[in-house]
Amino acid sequence: MYLLNRAQRHTVNSTWMIISLLLVALLPFLLFIGLYLKSVLLLHDYSLFDLIFSKTWRPSAGKFGFYPFIIGSIWVTVVAMLITAPVCLLTAIYVTQYTKKYFLRIMHPAIDILAGIPSVVYGLWGILVIVPFISRYLGPWMGVKTMGYSILAAAFVLSIMIIPFVLNILIEIFRAIPTELKEATLSLGATQWQTIKHVLVRKALPGIIAAFGFGLARAFGETMAVLMVVGNVVRLPKSVFDPGYTLPALIANNYGEMLSIPKYDSALMFAALLLLAVSLFFNLVMHFFIVKYNKY
Amino acid sequence: MDHNTKIEIRDLNVFAGKTQILRNVNIDIPKNKITVILGPSGCGKTTLLKCLNRLTDLYPELKVSGRIMIDDNNILAAKEDIYKLRQQMGLLSQRPYPLPMTIYNNIAYALKLRGIRNRRETHKLVMHYLQQANLWDEIRTRLREPASRLSIGQQQRLCLARGLAVNPEIILADEPTSALDPISSQFIEETFVKLKNDYTIVLVTHVLRQAKRIADNVVFMYLGDVIEQGSVEEVFGNPKMEKTKLYLGGTFN
Repeated sequence: MYLLNRAQRHTVNSTWMIISLLLVALLPFLLFIGLYLKSVLLLHDYSLFDLIFSKTWRPSAGKFGFYPFIIGSIWVTVVAMLITAPVCLLTAIYVTQYTKKYFLRIMHPAIDILAGIPSVVYGLWGILVIVPFISRYLGPWMGVKTMGYSILAAAFVLSIMIIPFVLNILIEIFRAIPTELKEATLSLGATQWQTIKHVLVRKALPGIIAAFGFGLARAFGETMAVLMVVGNVVRLPKSVFDPGYTLPALIANNYGEMLSIPKYDSALMFAALLLLAVSLFFNLVMHFFIVKYNKY
Repeated sequence: MDHNTKIEIRDLNVFAGKTQILRNVNIDIPKNKITVILGPSGCGKTTLLKCLNRLTDLYPELKVSGRIMIDDNNILAAKEDIYKLRQQMGLLSQRPYPLPMTIYNNIAYALKLRGIRNRRETHKLVMHYLQQANLWDEIRTRLREPASRLSIGQQQRLCLARGLAVNPEIILADEPTSALDPISSQFIEETFVKLKNDYTIVLVTHVLRQAKRIADNVVFMYLGDVIEQGSVEEVFGNPKMEKTKLYLGGTFN
């Protein structure tokens, strides 16, 4: 026996659904408002333009310039995506179009394992392998003096971290394209490469953009692994061999310390706000392209 | 080979692993006629069609043996230029698959594969093939729209125009009207009847009435075997085999 009749249960259930939906939908706004309220102290004393574009970061002297962190974050993310994007796209195409089916069955668990490794482990691996590799081999070979802790090291570790995620999405996207579409272009006398280039990639484009956008957002927000190898030097990097500092690393390294310095915690909240705003921006741009290409 | 015969299929066997999909198939497909391949689902009709333009190559598990002669060339021979071969035939599948581009580019893409890059010529031919597929009047103002915005029936005619744009001699159609409404189906059928003066048409269907309406020749298949073949009058009017009689009578199972 039930306490309520069927119609009543229906009402109760749908109310719960609406409540949970509202919770999920409100969460980003609550986050945004919370961070804004916390950083309003800083915004009160400095102009937004100054905060974003001034280069000096000396909290004890009351100087809060976020420019080096923003640039550091962008450098790391862009270089990571430059490595990730072609590797993932070509691998996904190869695995779905050229190899036999069993190959994918072997690949999938391998990719999933990579995706499940905690980021600290990637960071450690970066310190043990990538950093020395850059300082001892790659740097000297390119004629650059570098200590290894650099934008490049962070980008490298980051790309290894996000490749499994992006690759998994891309493989699913290419697998979802119906075989009949492939048959349609092949029957017109197209070669396999022409089919891939003009039709399959075109068809998958919204998904490809979404996958890259997802990877970008992850790369931009990744904290631990980057913090361990990027060098954490507040300075504008001149090349990928220079050390840098990223927004998430700034927050993680300093929150809870030196909070006696006036406006310091407010500044860290502002960094978080910036991070959120930038990811929001990425998302919007991504959606624009997805809508644009999805009509085909 | 008889000069009225366009495609001659001899001893065609297709295996998928241990199961045999086609068994010793021998068919003559006459030139400039509509040959309808008839039979219940799963009898190997689609596989037969895929052998004709070697789309079977996409499936490594399929083993094809025998001969398919088109104008005295055995197209199953490995040395055959597969891309040229496929351009000899336009394919129309069960459901339309427009390419992810504009209506215009769907045709222009096929033309490009055929080697036509001149813009004025492309323009002229796009119009020509859309007219041939009975579509031009409906969409002449919408050429720059994505092809996916067309209705299913229009998409199927677009796919037909695209197939014609590679300048084939043969049209292969795999139940091309099964996803369409009656009016669109009628459009496609009428177009086929018009096209048979210039093309050899192979139509796979399980709609008896459609076969009766437009076929010149009928091939009846059952479980990978060709049971009976001949002109539409022979097969429909006076079927020789028991299975054909049952199928045409609608008491088959």
